[in-house]
Amino acid sequence: MSKNILLYSAIVIFGLVAPFVFPAFKVQLSILCVLIVLATTWNIQGGEMGYNTFGNILFYGLGMYLCASVQVGMFFPLAEWTESGGEKTFVHTPAQFFQGMAVGLVVAAVVPTIVAGLIGYAILGLRGHYFAICTLGLGVAAGEISGGIEIIGAGQGFTTPPFPEVGGLEARGEFFYFLSFGALILTFVAVRAIYSTRFRLILNAIRDNEDKAEAMGIETMKYKIIGWMVSAFFCGLAGGIMGGLVGYIDSTDVAFDGREMGVFMVLMAILGGKGTLWGPVIGATVFHIFKEGFWTFFLGWQYVALGVLIVVIVIYFPEGIMGWLREKYPEKFGEVIDEKDRKAQVELK
Amino acid sequence: MITVQACLDGLLLGILFALIAYGMALQWGVMNIINIAQGDLVILGGYIAYFMYLYGIHPAWGVIVSPIIMYFIGVGIYKLVINKVVDRDLFISILATFGISILFMQLMNFAFGADVVLANSGYGTTMLFDNNVTLPNSKIFSAVISIVFAIGLVIYMKKSKLGRAIRATAQNSRAAKILGVDTEKVYAATFGINAALCGVAGALISITFTIHPYMGLPYTIRSFMIVIVAGLGNLPGVAMSGMGLGVFEEFADYILGTEFRIGAVFLLLVLILVYRRFKLSRKREYLK
Repeated sequence: MSKNILLYSAIVIFGLVAPFVFPAFKVQLSILCVLIVLATTWNIQGGEMGYNTFGNILFYGLGMYLCASVQVGMFFPLAEWTESGGEKTFVHTPAQFFQGMAVGLVVAAVVPTIVAGLIGYAILGLRGHYFAICTLGLGVAAGEISGGIEIIGAGQGFTTPPFPEVGGLEARGEFFYFLSFGALILTFVAVRAIYSTRFRLILNAIRDNEDKAEAMGIETMKYKIIGWMVSAFFCGLAGGIMGGLVGYIDSTDVAFDGREMGVFMVLMAILGGKGTLWGPVIGATVFHIFKEGFWTFFLGWQYVALGVLIVVIVIYFPEGIMGWLREKYPEKFGEVIDEKDRKAQVELK
Repeated sequence: MITVQACLDGLLLGILFALIAYGMALQWGVMNIINIAQGDLVILGGYIAYFMYLYGIHPAWGVIVSPIIMYFIGVGIYKLVINKVVDRDLFISILATFGISILFMQLMNFAFGADVVLANSGYGTTMLFDNNVTLPNSKIFSAVISIVFAIGLVIYMKKSKLGRAIRATAQNSRAAKILGVDTEKVYAATFGINAALCGVAGALISITFTIHPYMGLPYTIRSFMIVIVAGLGNLPGVAMSGMGLGVFEEFADYILGTEFRIGAVFLLLVLILVYRRFKLSRKREYLK
């Protein structure tokens, strides 16, 4: 236990000093935090519950649009803002900006949770690949439909309020870094707390055999919906932060970006190891470093690299980093291995 | 009149969808794979016809050339990727083909540019009902060709040795293997035939509509939708639901506006799945 406390405090301290030690990487670190949040929340469905969703991007995009709309709509008419391209006509005072951001983030987290609760009963009744394709459809439909709505900018996009001029140039990066780092800590603590309860066992029971779990008297639908709502809450929050960080929202390229973010979250969780607490965190970190390397050195070829990466990871590395470690060092994961039994197995092979 | 126009457009479009969906049903039934890259194979087939058009050959010949090239591309994809995911979880195949889809999208974007293109067949248009309904002849051509290919494939499946082997593998791959069917070869051929069908459909789409590197995913979703509505191995059903979907799309286009067309298709998929789920859950069953 003391080892864990050391590890956690080391990570928190690193997180707190990181923007000052590596000021050039502030935006990258903020994006990393958001990616970890997304991977961790995807893991609740894909890893623990066995429901491989492509639809969590729905909550992410919803949160993004909601946060920006609330931030603008609290003080200025939203339609005129998007029509004029935003910042030119209306300027947020610092107080308005932060107030709007705070309310916006709350809305961005709460509304997707409610949406998840409402559609959960219908969608989570599907299983396996039907669920996967249905949620894929949901994400793309949301992107296409939001791309046709005038008040949030339709095709030409939505500029989020620019950061007010307080505390110099570095303040914006630091603000968004600490916001996303806070979201990361919140997510991790919440998910860790959830995983230490009976809830995780129920999710795993649903993954392993849903019919049997139901026969054992577990109300599987209730727990599936709650799991999805938890995911939606943090996805929405991450989306709201990301919207402010990017500064510009486009329906299919930024918000409901199933081709990038929607696949990233699946890929990161698989790369790190599905169904573990640390897997998505490690996977997201490795993936982000790898991706940034590719994005810089192979400019233009990034989607080709992404496609190849997906195929390679899925085919050759489906257990992920944590799964590989588990196979290599089972003792560290609390699995007791009978040496004699293992030798006997080796001989049999 | 606009109703007649939409219905006719929808029916002719739907026949094309049905052809793509037939390929999807084939590989789903035989190999238990859902191929997200289906739509991208269609678009690639379309680009082959478009290239012939650029080099001065009439694009209608793409209907012959494109499936031949696409067959080998399909077999290549099978050998490289698909044969490693055939026996695994369906989600693995979905994700792997999603990767292929992204890869293809970007490669096509590099090779052919991000412009919306079409191959002009120069077939002219037919006017019906006092010039109130316009019907491009290329659409009629594409519908006829689709039907010819579909019927040809059905006969091939029934009569030829490979067709019988494919059907046997679809019924029970282990039993087929014991009885001497080289299932690995059958899988490769199935994927190749599917790609060839996509090639035909793509060539026809490049003549009748437009193609663009990123337009693949809607075709995948449409064919998936058609297959789940019709059921695997139900060919008349595939044709019917394909045409139904085509008509639905044209009406969505007229009523909601073009910008919501793709959104309506994806939303329809969600609604159909949810409807089926509620219907089945009354019997305490679920979609398998």
